Formats: sequence, C-alpha cells, structure tokens
Amino acid sequence: MNLATKDIRHNFGRFALTTLGVGMLLMVVMGMGGIYRGIVEDATLLIDRIGADVWIVQRSTRGPFAEVSRVPPTLVHRALAVPGIQSAREFVYHTIQREREGKPLRIAVLGLSWPTDKGEWVPLIAGRPLAQNHYEMIADGSLGFQLGERVELGKETYTVVGVTRSMISSNGDGLAFFTVADALAIQLDTPGEAVRLERAARQARGERSEIGAKQPTLLERATAPAAELPPIARPQLSAVVAEVDPGADLEHVIEILSGWDDVSVYTQDGQRELLLRGSVEKIRQQIGLFRILLTVIAAIIMALILYTLTLDKIHSIALLKLIGASNTVILGLILQQAFVLGVVGFGIAYLIGQRVFPMFPRRVILTDEDLWQLAIIVLVISVVSSFLGIWKAMRVSPNEALS
Amino acid sequence: MEDDFAIETKGITKVYGSGNTEVVAMRDASIKVRRGEVVALLGPSGSGKSTFLTAVGLINPPTSGQVIISGTLVLDGPQAQTNLRSFRRRHIGYVFQKSNLIPFLSAVENVQIALELNGQLPGTARKRALQLLDGLGVGDRAGNLPSMLSGGQQQRVAVARALANQPSVILADEPTAALDSQRGRQVMGLFAQVAHERGAGVIVVTHDHRALDVFDTIYEMEDGMMRRASQLAHTSEQVRRT
Repeated sequence: MNLATKDIRHNFGRFALTTLGVGMLLMVVMGMGGIYRGIVEDATLLIDRIGADVWIVQRSTRGPFAEVSRVPPTLVHRALAVPGIQSAREFVYHTIQREREGKPLRIAVLGLSWPTDKGEWVPLIAGRPLAQNHYEMIADGSLGFQLGERVELGKETYTVVGVTRSMISSNGDGLAFFTVADALAIQLDTPGEAVRLERAARQARGERSEIGAKQPTLLERATAPAAELPPIARPQLSAVVAEVDPGADLEHVIEILSGWDDVSVYTQDGQRELLLRGSVEKIRQQIGLFRILLTVIAAIIMALILYTLTLDKIHSIALLKLIGASNTVILGLILQQAFVLGVVGFGIAYLIGQRVFPMFPRRVILTDEDLWQLAIIVLVISVVSSFLGIWKAMRVSPNEALS
Repeated sequence: MEDDFAIETKGITKVYGSGNTEVVAMRDASIKVRRGEVVALLGPSGSGKSTFLTAVGLINPPTSGQVIISGTLVLDGPQAQTNLRSFRRRHIGYVFQKSNLIPFLSAVENVQIALELNGQLPGTARKRALQLLDGLGVGDRAGNLPSMLSGGQQQRVAVARALANQPSVILADEPTAALDSQRGRQVMGLFAQVAHERGAGVIVVTHDHRALDVFDTIYEMEDGMMRRASQLAHTSEQVRRT
C-alpha cells in the first residue's frame, strides 16, 4: 500500500494548491534561466545568422554591437584585394527610437549590402527579401509592422516587404533590414533647417578663409549638397564583413588585415565572445545570481511545506511506528510526497511557462539542457528539503500515538 | 514453564526525573498472564496503569525489571534485547481509548496496513482485513474513512487491526471508554473470545466495572503498586467490594 498517495488523495485540495504554488515558484526559476538563454541567443543571433568569417571594425573598438564603430566604404575594396578573401560587404547597424500609436518604438536598423545581400538569409514568416535598392524593408514581427505597411522614417517612406520572427538585437529591440543606402539615410537624416544652416555655415567659413577669396567658385559650391562635394567624405559604415575562400588560411588572412593601422579584426567566434563578455556578461551574472537565490528560496519554501505536511500527520507516523512500521516506511512516505511535490510542481511550471513565457517582452528560451538541469535540481531540492520533515518524523516516539 | 505465559513481568519499575523531581510511576510490578487469559487492570487515574501497559507494550521501557513476552526476554531494564519495533509488529496488538486509526486510510486499509507491515502481500492482506472486519460486524463500512464511522465502529476497526497479525499479546487501554454499555460489553467479550480461541494473553486497562465478569483475573494498581484483586470465580460485585 502506498501511504504517500493515500495521504495525498485524502488531502488532495490542499496538496494540489501547495503543488500549484511550488509550480509557480519553479516557473519563475525556469523563466529566469529562459530569459538568460534568450538574452544570449538574441545577442549572438545576428552574428550567427550573418555567418561572416571576419569582422573588420574601427581600430580599437569591439565592433558595432558593443560600441560605435566607423569604417570608410572603401574598406570593402581594400578587403577584397587581400588574398584569401572570397567576398566582402558593407555592414551598417544602429538603433533608432520612434513613436508608434503613442508608444516608444525602438528599431535596430541593419543595412544590407545591395545587391550582393538582399536578405535571403533572413528567416521570413511572410513576404519576400528586398527587391530594390531603396524604400523597402524587412521587419521583425516584434515591431508590430504588417506586411505591405508603409513606414515613414526620416524623409522617406518604406514598404514592409517581408516579416521575420525572433530577429532581435542584443538589447532586445526588433530588427529592421534595409539596404545600406537606406540604413545610412535613416541614420544621417537631418532636418531641412539643419541642412540650410550647415550650408550657410560652410559658406561663411569659406568667405572668412583666404582660399574662399581667391577662388570664388569654391564658395558657390559650398552651398551645394554634401554628396556633391568631393572633399566631404561619404557616410561611414559600421563594419565590413568578409567571407574567406574555402581552404584559405583564416589565421593568415587575419594577420594581413590586422597589419592595417585603421582597423581591428575579429573572427565570428571572437565577435561573439566579445559580445557575451561585454554587454551580456553583467546581465548573465545578475540573472545567474537571481536564479540561485530563487532556487534557494524554492528549497526553503519546499522544506517548510514538507515539514508542515509531516507535522500534520505526526500522530499517524507515531501510530505507524507503534504498530511496527520500519523507518524505511516512514522515510518512503515523506520522500515520495517530496518527489510528487517536486515532479508535479516542475510539470506545472513547464506547462504554465509554455503559455506565459511567449507573452514576455523579451524571448524566454527553454532549452532541453536547461530543463534537464532544473529537473535534477528540483529532485535534489525535493530530497534536501524533506530532511527537516524526516528529522522530525524520526524523532517521534510511538508514545505520541497514545496522547 | 515460562513458555506457558504470554506475558511475564518481573519487578518492573519506572522512575521519571531524578533528585528532587524524581517520580516513581510504577514500582516493582510483577504479573504473569497465561496464553488464553484475559486480565483486567483497574485503578484510579495516575495510579500507573498506562505506564505499566506502555512498558509491557515495549513503547516506554521500564527503568528496571524484566519484560518477557512469549518466553522471550524482550526488555531487561531499559535495555532492549531485540528489535522492539519488529517485535511489536509480530507479537503485540494494541487497542486504545481513542480508536487511533490513521485518518487518511479507509477502515479496511487501516487493518491491511498492519498486515502488510508484517510482510503480507497486498491482495492477501486485503482479503484477511475484510474477513476481520466482517467478523466484527463492520464489513459493510470497509471502504469508509475513519471520520465517516461512529465511535463504536472505529473501535471495532481498531480491534480488527490489533487482531490482524494474530498477536500473542493484546493490550487495550480503556477500549470501551467511548462506547455505550452494550458496545462496551461486546468489545470486552471480543477480547475474551480472541484470548480463548487463539491463545493470546490479553491485558485490558479499564474503569468500566459493568463488564468485569468477562475477565479471568483482575489486578489493581494504586500509587504505582500492583496487586492481584480477584480471580476467575469473582464476580464484578465482589470486585467492587474489594
């Protein structure tokens, strides 16, 4: 006869409520692990998806995902000239914040190197990749844009031609993919008045300088758009990403690129590592500590619950001892209930979590490895937290059955 | 021969505390209960009856003296000579003033658990438990939890549990206190029947003088001292006069 199940059945309502409470607590522990996984996944998603062998970024910076990085567009051609480089393309990345339906909307803007990169690698759930150099965008579903929707950014209007899912920046902002030209246009968008003021300032500077007096035609050109002025550099990129020829020596390619004084070079793993050790590291530590704290709290609460459950049947335990039940029987009664509490609690945590976590603003990713790890932790907690109850039960004298 | 006795105690004494707080709850109590004999133990509250019963029941060992059950020296002073819990399971059945059933087990399960603890398979144990409950007139309430049974029914289930493993000793502490006189007599009669039919030694602590005629021997306790009050031929009237 299984005494544990008999007792649970007898006190089913209370046990069910207790298990639900434990389950909710475990769901929070599970969720914290999932949030951590989500942050890591989001942080490294782009790097993994882009799949570049080499990231060439501004000298002494850690790349566009960690800080501002500026490299000249000509760097693409310089990179292509290096033996072993199969392809190189421009990469533009920045974050903007706009208002949508009265709420702030943060968009991580990513520029694709048209026409070599049209976003075919972006996992679409609707629509298509980019089909022209301007005025089209692919948006992540988390941004709330619908397929075909027209979105005004800067002075231009962009049509959503593709919708993707789970393409999030390391800060949790939804990604939007444009061509590099459009991404730069959005980044460098300047109000008309600012443009006029800049042109006037340019002319004033020219008039004050000797060269302006000597060459009046220069003054005339000073008020022209910046793109028409050869001395003014073209907008800069965030990075250049390159693929290495199959069979080429990656180390050798990196050695050549690293010899250039204006850039720093990272492999895909290096860029990934920098990201994880940088902005994500503190969040990882914080969530890890919080998770440990929650696990300890869960263990304490489970210990108190099991202790109370044991106290409730202390008379029955004394009676069982009186009629000759061995310690193993008593131990089995408490441990089995602890396991049921832990296992059912874990099941509840998983089932509720599956429904609740998708509603979280950031991704909560439950990996098999994490679930197994938590399941083992819960089993250990179940055993450890039943020690208090077992200790009490072992101390009970059969005499107490007579009182 | 010692083997003729289901229960034998030799000068058992129980002392609680020490020094100024020392209390002698039971002093030099000796008793011999033959197999098939039903013994009543009378005495006022605080006289040491329950102390004696718990010492014989191997629940609360005496400070000194010996407890011998079915010819086996089980307690020599406070020292256990065998595994007490295992010995209790195989040799002793208990019935208390309160029925003391496990609240989360049904009537039949309360009896069945005693059998299973003694090594019987669940199926066999259940069959035997049902037979015992039928025999005690509560077979129709076998599936009910204790909270759904009357006091008398609960007490009969407790008696069935005490009898389950066919113990050589049955110890009952005020088993009829919660019962009306008719039920009380029935329970007392049941003990006598079990003792005579199965050869068990039965000690019943009781205040109930209405059913003393079923006992073979009557002992009295007062201030921790035990003395034999009456034997088989004595009627309850005679006992009251002593």
